[in-house]
Amino acid sequence: MVYENPDGVKIGLEVHVQLNRLNTKLFCGCSTDYHNDEPNTHVCPVCLGLPGSLPVINERAVEFAIKIGLALNCEIVGQTQFHRKNYYYPDLPKGFQTTQYDYPIASRGKIVIEGEDGERIIRVTRAHMEEDPGRLQHIGTIEKSKGTLINYNRSGMTLIEIVSEPDMRSPKEARRYLDKLRSILDYLDVFNGDLEGAMRVDANVSVFNGERVEVKNISSFKGAERALLYEIMRQKNHVRRGGKIVLETRHFDEARGVTISMRTKEEEHDYRYFPEPDLVPMRVADRVPGILKALPELPDAKRERFISQYGIADMHARALTTEIRVANFYEEVASQVDPKTAAVWVADILKGELNYRDIGIDAFTVEDIVTVIGLVKEDKITEQSGVQIIRTVLDEGGRPQDIVVSKGLLKVEDDIVAKAVEEAVAESPEAVADYLAGKEKSLNFIVGKVMQKTKGRADAREARERVLARISK
Amino acid sequence: MITKEKVGHIGWLARIEIEEKESDAYAEKLNSVLDYFGQLDEVDTQGVAPTYHVMDIVNVFRKDEVRESMPQDVVLANTGHKQEGNFKAPRIM
Amino acid sequence: MASWKDISGVKQQIAASSAEEVTASYLETIEESRINGFVAIWDKALKAAREIDAGGHKGPLAGVPVAIKDNISTKGLSTTCSSKILQGYVPPYDAHVIEKLKAAGAVILGKTNMDEFAMGTSTESSHYGPTLNPWDTERVPGGSSGGSAAVVAAGEAPVSLGSDTGGSVRCPAAFCGVVGLKPTYGVVSRFGLISYANSLEQIGPMATTVTDIATLMDVIGGYDSRDSTSINRKNTYSDALKDDVKGLKIGVPEEYFGEGIDKNVEKAVWDAIGKYEEMGASWKKVSMPHTRYALASYYIIAMSEASSNLARFDGTRYGLRAEEGENWHTMASKTRAEGFGAEVKRRILLGTYALSAGYHDKYYLKALKVRTLVKQDFDRAFTDVDVLMAPTMPTPAFKIGEKIDDPLSLYLADVNTVPINLAGVPSISVPCGFSGGMPVGLQIMGKPFDENTILRAAYSFEQNTGHHKVRPGEVA
Repeated sequence: MVYENPDGVKIGLEVHVQLNRLNTKLFCGCSTDYHNDEPNTHVCPVCLGLPGSLPVINERAVEFAIKIGLALNCEIVGQTQFHRKNYYYPDLPKGFQTTQYDYPIASRGKIVIEGEDGERIIRVTRAHMEEDPGRLQHIGTIEKSKGTLINYNRSGMTLIEIVSEPDMRSPKEARRYLDKLRSILDYLDVFNGDLEGAMRVDANVSVFNGERVEVKNISSFKGAERALLYEIMRQKNHVRRGGKIVLETRHFDEARGVTISMRTKEEEHDYRYFPEPDLVPMRVADRVPGILKALPELPDAKRERFISQYGIADMHARALTTEIRVANFYEEVASQVDPKTAAVWVADILKGELNYRDIGIDAFTVEDIVTVIGLVKEDKITEQSGVQIIRTVLDEGGRPQDIVVSKGLLKVEDDIVAKAVEEAVAESPEAVADYLAGKEKSLNFIVGKVMQKTKGRADAREARERVLARISK
Repeated sequence: MITKEKVGHIGWLARIEIEEKESDAYAEKLNSVLDYFGQLDEVDTQGVAPTYHVMDIVNVFRKDEVRESMPQDVVLANTGHKQEGNFKAPRIM
Repeated sequence: MASWKDISGVKQQIAASSAEEVTASYLETIEESRINGFVAIWDKALKAAREIDAGGHKGPLAGVPVAIKDNISTKGLSTTCSSKILQGYVPPYDAHVIEKLKAAGAVILGKTNMDEFAMGTSTESSHYGPTLNPWDTERVPGGSSGGSAAVVAAGEAPVSLGSDTGGSVRCPAAFCGVVGLKPTYGVVSRFGLISYANSLEQIGPMATTVTDIATLMDVIGGYDSRDSTSINRKNTYSDALKDDVKGLKIGVPEEYFGEGIDKNVEKAVWDAIGKYEEMGASWKKVSMPHTRYALASYYIIAMSEASSNLARFDGTRYGLRAEEGENWHTMASKTRAEGFGAEVKRRILLGTYALSAGYHDKYYLKALKVRTLVKQDFDRAFTDVDVLMAPTMPTPAFKIGEKIDDPLSLYLADVNTVPINLAGVPSISVPCGFSGGMPVGLQIMGKPFDENTILRAAYSFEQNTGHHKVRPGEVA
């Protein structure tokens, strides 16, 4: 199937990723662990931009940036330096943002996604390092606010801004790109995507090959898809009504699900970039081989390996490799039980239960899932009971082997079932006769009796087969 | 050449309010300095690299080790405009 | 009453009485000052001196009072760059040099007046009004570290710190008849120095003798991991204090004796060079052809960097905040219009223009390329000579008000000091005579990191002449 993209939709994304797995900010020693703390408690003269303070680059932040660049198939620059991007905003304590300009640390990479019509390559223009501004809270809405509260705890956090070419053709593709990007970053262990503000998205959108509109302030992936759907619809309707799309910046209002024009005098940006005199250049080429060597197996490679090594379905392999912890979990399980069975249990059943509860794989142990799979495989419990055990572990805690007993989930012994079948058949001569005369439904009566006698612990299908075998003798 | 109108634009870029009546005087003084700067046009700089840093040093880094931050009251000590631990500023738009 | 003691004199006085008494007597002198050199006094100075007495501090500056330029951050002591926009700002931290001074036992007296944000050559643009030259109170003390130079010349502090972006230590040293050093870029940490033009400036010591300059450099010089442009290289400056210039090769750049130079200044400098010859040094003329373009290059770079450095003063976190306008942006524009003086605004506007789209290459980039050529002039000259000598300032101190309304004529006064900052080399100004009763400064420039050669040259000159011993006659 070839995706026609009848409206000529083109989407490019700028994703700001906060490297919150670093211990400290980009240019100072303030801790990055501020998310649960009072405002303005993770702040020093440097990240508050006090007069006379000077930045010093966090070496590990540079290594993280190179790692990300390499994982996105980018070229890493030989020499680079930080620039100042000059503009005024209350969240920017120095009146400029320290960022990279003409020589981003990484450029010309790509991310492969599942597109509307098969595999699509999304080109990554560049990935550069910069500092995060502080956080603004508008008293009331942004348009009719009475004032702004500023918390600089976030100020100076390391961001990697990853800029794509306008290669996405639909909001769904944009969502897939974001999911894939998050998956790669998750593998690299550079950020915790669950923390507030860990990934923020600006989107460039155009339809019918018209002017592009920038949509800012998208704070979640779901938000990105919604903002793009809205913006595309808005642009199409506008054009259909004879309007013209102009180059502009719009603000996504998450609560209302709409984009609002931000056209102000400020639109005339002139950032007056120049090299930051307080920082010296970085020559990082010699670090690339070492970091490349230490790069982990990434999602695409792992998925392909899972398919060939474990013989599992592409769908399962995809689900199992999105998150590195899930992939590692699966491999441990697969080393102890049949990999295909393991894939079904981990990808379909366990992940489904975890997603439903919105919790991570850490909530379950390899040992427990191996126990459950074993019980089913040895025919001691039914598949349905296996699922029940998983739910119980997640909701109430406990060990599978105990839950089997306490909930009475073990399949009953053969001779008990055999005895119950014998008795049920003996007690139901009429039903037997009716069945033999062609009334198939009579069999249910006899099976029901077997279930009654075993207090429901027999497998109903098995009971049915045994009754059949007994009376057709 | 900086015109009177241009003075207002640069003032806005630099967030310095310039009153209409001041802009002529500004334009005149700024232009006399710019005229002087114009003498650099005489210098042949073809093939000359710019000097951003006078000392040729690279790769000055810091270890990723936490240093103590300032207490909130110290952070906010230099302003009278605060609310619940935040700095308070006028609305943006 | 002013006492004009150098560090060793102060130490003798402390030994005879106490650090507390010495500090008290300086505070008293400051109290009676007519020159407006100090803009803030440290209310804990006496307490600090008492602690030095009590602790038997053995540091090289134990109990020695020091005056600090108002753009160097001092914890708990107002630091305003002599600007209205920073009124009431009290830093929560000490600059690196302040930490070093305190550790060496120095007693901070207070903050000295300066051109607003160090943008000037006369200390007239201060929000606190001009500092007067102790030699003639109708004249400027030079700038921008005018307060730091004047208080030393007036005996209100034995030593002080200034900062030198384009001559701001050397110019007032020359105008006030004291010694001032601009170290090699990267030798003294800028951590805590409020930036005017980061790629050009250094903190520098000011004193009445070369010996005291070396003592201060031993304390404040050295590597600081908080300043990425700090150079890790050890040096003992006091090792340079030897009366010996035999074989020293002096270069005299003819471009530094250009149009508009005062005849007496020219004579005093040539006399000094003659004295060196007597002492066993040799000299030759050298040419530094790009000197005439250094001024434009310097001002473009300094203003560009300044336009960005001063962006943080927006009324949000500290300092002045104007009456709130319709939104944050108007509040910031009003605050900056109200808080900055005329010269600061002009430099920010010019710097903004020089960096803006369409002009960046014509001004900013061009200036950086010319900077390369200026630096090459120095490299070339130093292949042949050990030091360069020239007048620090082409004229003696001018009258207050004489140049304030003509920015360009004020800029032109810096013609002999700015090339040094563009090249990042060290340079010292020492008293070498008088013109019309006003002091004249001899500027001695050295190779990068070769402070010790210029200190040795300056020390030898001092040992063999008496200019530095003449005190302003008319000081109350």
